[in-house]
Formats: sequence, C-alpha cells, structure tokens
Amino acid sequence: MSRARFDVKSYPGFVQLTVLCLLILYLPLMVVAVYSFNASASIVNWEGFSLRWYADVFTGPESAKFKLAARNSFIIAITAATVATAIATLAATAMIRGGRFRLRVLSLGLISLPLMVPEIVTAVATLIFFNTIGFERGTLTILLAHIAFCIPFAYLPISARMQGIEDTYEQAALDLYATKRQAFTRVLLPLMMPGIVSGYLLAFIISLDDFIITNFVKGAGVETLPTAIFGAVKQGLKPNIMAISTMLVGFSIIMVTVSYFVGKKDN
Amino acid sequence: MAGGAAGGGGTQGDTYKEARTWLLLPTWVTLSILVLVPVLLMLVYSFLTKEFRGGVIWEFTFAAYDQFFCDRGLFGDEPCSIEWTYLNIFWRSIWQAGLATILSLVIGFPTAYFIATRPARVRPLWVFLITIPYWVNLLIRTVSMRFMLREEGPLNNFLVWSGIADAPLQMINTNFAVQIGLFYSYLPFMVLPIYAAVERYNFSLSEAAADLYASKWTTLRRIVLPAVRPGVIAGCILVFVPSLGAFLAPDLLGGAKNFMIGSLIEEQFKGNAGNWPFGAAASMILLSMVLVILMIYARQQARAGGEER
Repeated sequence: MSRARFDVKSYPGFVQLTVLCLLILYLPLMVVAVYSFNASASIVNWEGFSLRWYADVFTGPESAKFKLAARNSFIIAITAATVATAIATLAATAMIRGGRFRLRVLSLGLISLPLMVPEIVTAVATLIFFNTIGFERGTLTILLAHIAFCIPFAYLPISARMQGIEDTYEQAALDLYATKRQAFTRVLLPLMMPGIVSGYLLAFIISLDDFIITNFVKGAGVETLPTAIFGAVKQGLKPNIMAISTMLVGFSIIMVTVSYFVGKKDN
Repeated sequence: MAGGAAGGGGTQGDTYKEARTWLLLPTWVTLSILVLVPVLLMLVYSFLTKEFRGGVIWEFTFAAYDQFFCDRGLFGDEPCSIEWTYLNIFWRSIWQAGLATILSLVIGFPTAYFIATRPARVRPLWVFLITIPYWVNLLIRTVSMRFMLREEGPLNNFLVWSGIADAPLQMINTNFAVQIGLFYSYLPFMVLPIYAAVERYNFSLSEAAADLYASKWTTLRRIVLPAVRPGVIAGCILVFVPSLGAFLAPDLLGGAKNFMIGSLIEEQFKGNAGNWPFGAAASMILLSMVLVILMIYARQQARAGGEER
C-alpha cells in the first residue's frame, strides 16, 4: 500500500530536474568562490590554492577604495535597516492590533508598493524626486531611498510573527492594570522579538545588496560595495573582485541563516 | 516572498485601536514622500521638455511619447508613422521575459513538486536551499554567470573537454546569455509559490485518479495542475515582472547590442547624453504594463477566491 502511494506521488525525471535546479542556482557562485582562491593573476588558469587575492582586497592598491565603499555600505545598511524596522514594527502593530479600519487596505497597498513597482522605475522616480526638490545626491539620498524600499521587507516577517501571537497576553497584562504602553513594551515587543530580528536582518541584506537604486541616487564619487564592484567588473573581471564577491556572498548566507533560525525559534 | 504584504483579518484584537493613526503615520509619510510622490513626479517629467545636459525644462510637451511612438523622418517634420526602434526593444524584452518564465516553470515546477513530496521534517531545509540564492546579491550572481559563460570560462572548457563542442562557443554578449541570466536570476521566485501550493494539495486526489485508471501524466495535467494553478500563476508573475525591467542581466551578459527596457531607461539618465523626459516616459510605459499584469492577477485571485466559497 505504502509503495503504491509513493508511486502515485512521484514522477520520473523530477529528481533529476531538482538536482539541475540546485546546480544552476549554486554552481556559478561555487565556481567563483573556488577561483577566488586561485594563485594565478589570470582568471583563466588554475595555479594552485592561495589566499593572495583576499590579502589583495585588504592591502592591495585598490584596498582604500573598497574599504571606503564597504564602510559606506555598512553604515547605510545599519541605519536603513534600523529605521525601516522601527517604522515597520509600528505599522504592523496598527495593522494587526488596530481592529478593522477604512485605511487598512490602502495602507497595505502603500507598504507593498516598493515590491510591486519595478526596481528600475523606483530608481528613476527617486532620482527625479531628489532632483526636483534640489536635494544634492550623496550618502543621504542613498540612505533615504534604502529606508523606503526596506520597509516592506522588514514588515513581512514582523507582521507574520505578530499574527501568530494571540492578544490574550496583552489582555492579561491590561487586566493586571498595565497601561497600554506597558503592555506594548513589556509584553508584545518581547514576544515579537524573533520577527523583529528576522525583519531587521532581511532589511539589512536588502540594503547591503542593492545596486540599481543606489546607482541612480548616489552622487558622483560616493560608492557602496555593489556600485564599486560593478564599476570594477566593467573594467574586466579580476580575481580580487571574486574574493570580495565571495566574502559578500558568505556574509549574506550567514545573515540569512541567522534570520531563518531566529525567526523559527519557539514559534 | 516578494508577492505583497499579507495581512490577517480583524481576529487579532484591537488593543491599539486609538493609537493606530500615530503608529501608521511614519509609514504613510515615508512611503508617500519617497515612493508615491516620486512616481507621480515621474509621470509629470514624462511630459516636460528635455534639458540638454540632463534634467528638464518645465514646459509641457508630448515630445517624449512622440519620440517613443512616432517616426517623423530625418528632419522630424513628416507626419507620424510608427517608430519601431523602441517598440522593438519593448517587444524583445517581453519575449525574453516570457521565455525566462517558461524556462523557470519547466525547471521550477518539478523542483517545487519534488520538495513538497519530501517528508515534512526535511521540507524547510529544502526550501531554505532554494531561498538562499534569492538573498545573495543579484549583481554578484550575474557577475558569476558572466564568469561561467566567458569564452575561456568553465562552461566552455567543459563543453570542449567533453567533446560536446569542437571549439569554445560565443555565449557571452549574446541574447542567449541574457536569456540564461534572466532565468537564473529569478528561478527561486518560481519555485517558492508553487511549492506552497503543492504542499497544500491533497494527494488522496491523485490516488483516487490512479484508482480510476488515470495515467500519471494525465493525473498531473488534469488533477494536480488545476489544483495548484494559483501558485503557478503567482510564480510566473514573480519571474516575468522583474525580468521585464531587468538591467543587470542585459548589461553584464548581453553587451552593447542586446538592449532591454531596463538598459534603455538607464541610458537616459547616464552622463550628459541622456534624455530625462524620454526615460521617464519609458519608465511610465513599463510601470503601466506591470500594473496591468498585477491588476489582471488580483482580479483573477479574487474570482478564484469567490469560487472556493
């Protein structure tokens, strides 16, 4: 019987296609990671294992440029993720603990807007906006743009988490004469922490990785890691770029893994 | 994942009912000023006159749309006949995004189905494996695809070594590379919604079909596919829409010849050669296309929801 069930569910070739799917998704990144450890200065031949290009990233002739870009990237990502997470947490509280109200659907639409508008269109629109109000392009324009499009990414895990928490905990706190503010900060917020951390990390990665919007709203001379990498790749693919890329990929994977396990915790 | 912010009903209480205006105010202010107003401003810009060193002059004109749709001859004084340059770029983008969608479906559906039929304990791990590439920097992923497809790159080495090709193939800077790049970029978007739909599918329906002597493939086509259709449609939209406006794949894999909408728009805002109103108009046309697709989708979802009840 169990054999028959298994047969009904499975289809020939699906396993192979799944393997192919994972191969397509992972192989290019793995190949670049392997080649970033290549001792050769050419990207064609393999001349043995070496950490030469990783050293080059930190001490080589282009290291100052990359360090500055990395610093900009991290400052922007930390600030944008913090602000976006705070805004998204407040919004989720209103959307999920605020009862039914007329502007609810409209607010949900507004929050989803950055996900629906194609990124290049958001980039053009944001550039036009800053240009019209005469806001000089630079780090601040990048930061503002990042805050806006990070909000939905922070909102999704936070609201999902809040939906999983019954409001009986806060009701209990209110019955015991806690003020609403206390019920929020001492009861709801700690319960939501996994969702908030998860949302923060995702917003952080989205900001850290963004290229298209950053490329449009950055001022001349201001670079983040992705725009610096893009500029370098346009000059030709060099091994030090592969080393930086591999580090950034590793960093993203660590962040997503942490976010995944934090989000799952005691759910 | 990027399919829009889901919201629950009003079953979560209304403890913060009085505060909700204040709680939502930061969101309204931020997103109105930084997304909604800019998009409206972009609409305005598409009707303004271009300034020659980038930017605009505030004079109303249809020039941008005229340039897009009308061929007025060498001296610009002839009556409007259809201008194919930009329509062709749009048409090719639609075609390439469509092909990327079909490719992703062919690979993504079996993958999603396979994952959904694994034991419940290991499914999250499989999903996680599919999710990771989505969170890896798209620029770096595209660059690594460029590395793979180079003339002296790993894929060509493999093809020559295995005897499949006699000499390295020209893959980079071709339409083929752009096609592969789009497919590779958005493949996870296809798998995840289909997986969610197949996971909810009741497999006793497949057993019933088998008991009634339906072949496996008939069961897949007539029973499974209709049941998971919402997931398939969601996956197709999540691949098609970002592919349509893609910039990195055509720019890094297609070279100068294989333009897509994204490259056309970007070019209008680079350096001094650009034409801001024209870029705004092209962006508006792209945005309208996406909104139409999303509206059809939303309407269909609403109708499907109505049928279930």
